[in-house]
Amino acid sequence: MKRFLPVAAMVALLAGCSTPTATPTESITPDALTGTVTVLAAASLTGSLDDVVTAFEALHPNVKVTISYGGSSALAAQIVAGSPADVFFSANDSTMKTVTDAGLTVAPTVVLENVLEIAVPAGNPGKVTGLSDFANSDLTIALCDPAVPCGSAAAKLFTLVGITPSVDTLEEDVKAALTKVSLGEVDAALVYVTDVKVAGDKVEGIEIPEAQQVINEYPISLLTDSANPDAAQAFIDYLRSAAGVKVFVDAGFEAP
Amino acid sequence: MPASKRRNLQRQRTGPVVAILAAAGLALLVLPLLGLLFRAPWGQIPALVTSDVVLQALGLSLLTATISTLLCLVFGIPLAVLLSHSVRWHVIPRRLLRAAITIPLVLPPVIGGIALLLLLGRRGLIGQFLYGIGVTIPFTTGAVVIAQTFVAMPFLVFAVEGALRSADRRSELAASSLGASPAQVFRLVTLPLIGPGIAAGAVLCFTRALGEFGATITFAGSLPGVTRTLPIASYLAMNSDPDTAIALALVLLVVSLAVLLALRDRWLPGALS
Repeated sequence: MKRFLPVAAMVALLAGCSTPTATPTESITPDALTGTVTVLAAASLTGSLDDVVTAFEALHPNVKVTISYGGSSALAAQIVAGSPADVFFSANDSTMKTVTDAGLTVAPTVVLENVLEIAVPAGNPGKVTGLSDFANSDLTIALCDPAVPCGSAAAKLFTLVGITPSVDTLEEDVKAALTKVSLGEVDAALVYVTDVKVAGDKVEGIEIPEAQQVINEYPISLLTDSANPDAAQAFIDYLRSAAGVKVFVDAGFEAP
Repeated sequence: MPASKRRNLQRQRTGPVVAILAAAGLALLVLPLLGLLFRAPWGQIPALVTSDVVLQALGLSLLTATISTLLCLVFGIPLAVLLSHSVRWHVIPRRLLRAAITIPLVLPPVIGGIALLLLLGRRGLIGQFLYGIGVTIPFTTGAVVIAQTFVAMPFLVFAVEGALRSADRRSELAASSLGASPAQVFRLVTLPLIGPGIAAGAVLCFTRALGEFGATITFAGSLPGVTRTLPIASYLAMNSDPDTAIALALVLLVVSLAVLLALRDRWLPGALS
């Protein structure tokens, strides 16, 4: 065995050397993709994006997709600071623009939309009925920090309806706000429709008619510093296919 | 230090391996701070450090860290005395006590914050009863103080315990035999003996409280002027406004260094030096 391994490696090397022109791109089969793809994704994509990755990896068994979830603005800052990643999937245009302005994106495209909803703990202890309750200082209210997409959408929404919310905490990403609701530590938070759906029976959602006017668009982009652009692009293509989009639509996202 | 002893110390030479490894270790500790100084937008620093964001976070951090340090003194000194007495205990309770005091040192602060939330939150073990009588702790400045006290207390306890151990106990025994009550012995003999240890512990405690992040953001949340301390403001600003984040970091660094340097020589003869 010990002697065989170097021989096998040499054979593989020779084979690789002797056929540089024999592998034009159109002949690459799905299984020709290998390596890892690192995706930095908005926290609100947790769950549905994992399902898409599982389906993609089943099609391409030699590719391993790793996702790092976080607040979109934190992820954008990481990419600009040189974090090694292949794909950025952000929850709004402005965080994607941060990365584009640094010259690090390849054709960002909006692939999903998400709408804000009021999340209250099961049983609605604060008896919240709508956005006007967010001005009630007796209630404990969580919003996302305006620096992250859900917070900037929330700020736009409150300006639109002319309500000044009495906030108790500005959370660093939408999942942190949702957790405070599911633990029952706050009476209400503004999160996405999809988050309420993921949270199950610990959280109840209250629809906001005006939220349709501050829809969050989710752009995805290949990153210029990608070490594995072929597999990364294949992942993006799969995500945008009918099968990929269906996973997100089932989770409550909207396809633009 | 007697002159003869000092000469002996001077004769101790640092070998090349120790010197190289020590230099590498020191570089790891200091170079990141130099990176911060190098990257700082110095032209805008005066305007940035006097901006509302920074001043508000600084004021809140100084206030909460001061209260936390006072709380650590009030509860930590008796805890240190108990810990020093525990040497006479059975091994199991003795080790349990030491482990309990050490836990906040080794636990990731975020985990401490989760634990505090599950204890004192509205649905927590104790928090539900407090909520019943109209007291809510999370998302208040009080929650920041509790989180900081939780992570900083061990620094004070161990510093004071160390001082208690090295203190000469014969003076206490003498005072006691001359008829002083335990309270009098503690106030008039023990406290002055361990003064430097207390001061050293308080300084460490204050700087640790000042830098507290994980437990605070998890348990107390993040709201400007109420719970958004310097480290949290710096972390959040890093995502959207790096220059402000660096300014916040510099302010935190300057305050911490000032406290460590200023208090060392004045009140801590030998305790931290």
